[in-house]
Amino acid sequence: MAHSNTALAQATSNPKNTLAAPVAIGIQLFFSIYSILCLIPLVLLVMVSFSDEASIISGGYKFWPDHFSLAAYRFLGNDIGQIIHSYGISIFVTVVGTALSMIIIALYAYPISRPNFKPGKWFTFFAFFTMLFSGGLVPWYLVYVQFLDLKDTLWALIMPNLMSAFWVLVTRTFFQQTIPGQVLESAKIDGAGELRIFWQIVLPLSMPVLATVALFQTLAYWNDWFLSLVFISGEHNISVQYLMYKMMANIQYLANNSTAREAIAAAGGMVNFPSETVRMAMVIVGIGPIVLAYPFFQKYFIRGLTVGAVKG
Amino acid sequence: MAQIETIPISEPMSKKRTQALMLHIRNYWMFYLMLLPGVILFVLNNYLPMFGIIIAFKTVNYTDGILGSPWSGLSNFSYLFKTKDAWIITRNTLGYNSLFIVLNLVVPLAFALMLNEMRNRFLSKLHQTVMFLPYFLSMIVMSYLVFGFLSDEHGFMNSSLLPALHLEPVRWYFTKEVWPIILPLVNLWRGMGYYTVMYMAAIIGIDEEYYEAATIDGASKWQQMKSITIPLITPVLTIVTLLQVGRIFNADFGLFFQVPRESGVLFPVTNVIDTYVYRQFLTVGDIGLSSAAGLLQSVVGFLLVFLANWVVRRYNRENALF
Repeated sequence: MAHSNTALAQATSNPKNTLAAPVAIGIQLFFSIYSILCLIPLVLLVMVSFSDEASIISGGYKFWPDHFSLAAYRFLGNDIGQIIHSYGISIFVTVVGTALSMIIIALYAYPISRPNFKPGKWFTFFAFFTMLFSGGLVPWYLVYVQFLDLKDTLWALIMPNLMSAFWVLVTRTFFQQTIPGQVLESAKIDGAGELRIFWQIVLPLSMPVLATVALFQTLAYWNDWFLSLVFISGEHNISVQYLMYKMMANIQYLANNSTAREAIAAAGGMVNFPSETVRMAMVIVGIGPIVLAYPFFQKYFIRGLTVGAVKG
Repeated sequence: MAQIETIPISEPMSKKRTQALMLHIRNYWMFYLMLLPGVILFVLNNYLPMFGIIIAFKTVNYTDGILGSPWSGLSNFSYLFKTKDAWIITRNTLGYNSLFIVLNLVVPLAFALMLNEMRNRFLSKLHQTVMFLPYFLSMIVMSYLVFGFLSDEHGFMNSSLLPALHLEPVRWYFTKEVWPIILPLVNLWRGMGYYTVMYMAAIIGIDEEYYEAATIDGASKWQQMKSITIPLITPVLTIVTLLQVGRIFNADFGLFFQVPRESGVLFPVTNVIDTYVYRQFLTVGDIGLSSAAGLLQSVVGFLLVFLANWVVRRYNRENALF
């Protein structure tokens, strides 16, 4: 509206279309309080992890410890082997899972995005139907455990999350909307094979959607504990999330399953085992990297959320 | 929806058809190769278990294997409906999810509308970033965060806040009445950033000119919200809500399994279909009951997706999912 009619603009009481000052300040205040509410539970855990066990026993979890202490972290230090091992498992599953998943999803999404490939519709439905109907936990479990024999393997933590119908459809929509058909046609005329077109033209043009898929799959793999709960029975393939879960379920887990046991035994049984604070320290060690990486990555997530509305 | 190509039957000779097929394969064999890994994964992870629903109609024993086990007709289902659990888990799943859907629509929408009025870009971004953080934490971590406040012996509520208010400590993990409030709050807190960002993106997409024109006409902020913002983002609100309605029979396993810390006393208010199926199968070891509940969940969920979509189509074709 370039021809802003000054007479009209002055006639209205609110030419800038802003809120009244008290309301604006109210909104600022409201969000400041809500943002604090988002951080406070984490702050509580951090503070407990730096508390002295005795003051927790007497005064409970506090936002400001009566006595600071690094005992919980020192105790975890005894058990650094298990923690590093779990980190290794988590990193391996996340990296391998995300990389494979991106490739497989993009490979599936490309043919079904091409209008001249007639069976593409059928394959689209083949993917879409998995979002509508599922066989349920029991047969799914039996396929992995009895048919594929993957119980207690790392592959059981990777394979179930590799393919995602939702991301296939998002990627397909992105291919259709952003990659001009003429470019692909002319490449074909120049004699490029489909695989080469996909590799050299389609993928470089699709970085935004691929990055989104990668980020969300990374988060899914890193935060996954359900697959561990269902498939992992031994002591060897315990991811960071599952280690935290086991400590929540059974605080003695670390003490009974670690080199720390000797340290405790040497100190005379369970006397010196700072169970309350160690628990929280484990969580802080477990989520540290995510929380530190978060500020750098969140804008891509937020962008990714709105990357493509799916229409079947 | 998908339609499989039909080849006209008027072709008398199949030779032409064979030739066409050969040509198709020569042109597109690479596409089939590209689709292959995904197809294999879909088959193993999704389609094979779908055939596994026959387990619900059998009395499975491991000596005979799944295919060899005797058929039991609908006995698993009749047994399931004889238990008190069937009613409880259905009520909890539908009740909580309905509440979640309403909360996920109303509260983040209010947040998005307010956040959109914040003129300070930096602060608005900062709040969005902080609000999004809980969504990044796994349910294991969520259960710890809740535990920090609600732990019987040392939790912040019982050891600091309630004594300060001269109230008696509450044994949270043994008190059924509080969980229908706690669980929706935890769920809302976790999803707030996600839904707010979704709705914000839709609001930002609205053309400024509407607001300029409305301002010139002397519309108040309230009127602008009612007659411009909300009508224009209705498609997004509909799709987001519709997706949740379609999954109303699928509870968030992590929320109901991890956050109440498997406290048996709380099962009447925290047990949902997903947790019930899991426990019956992997804790109790009752395959029949578990797979019957799982099958019911799948079938009803499937019908609900179509019902929800049909309702939206009748009301407005544009906003339907398919």
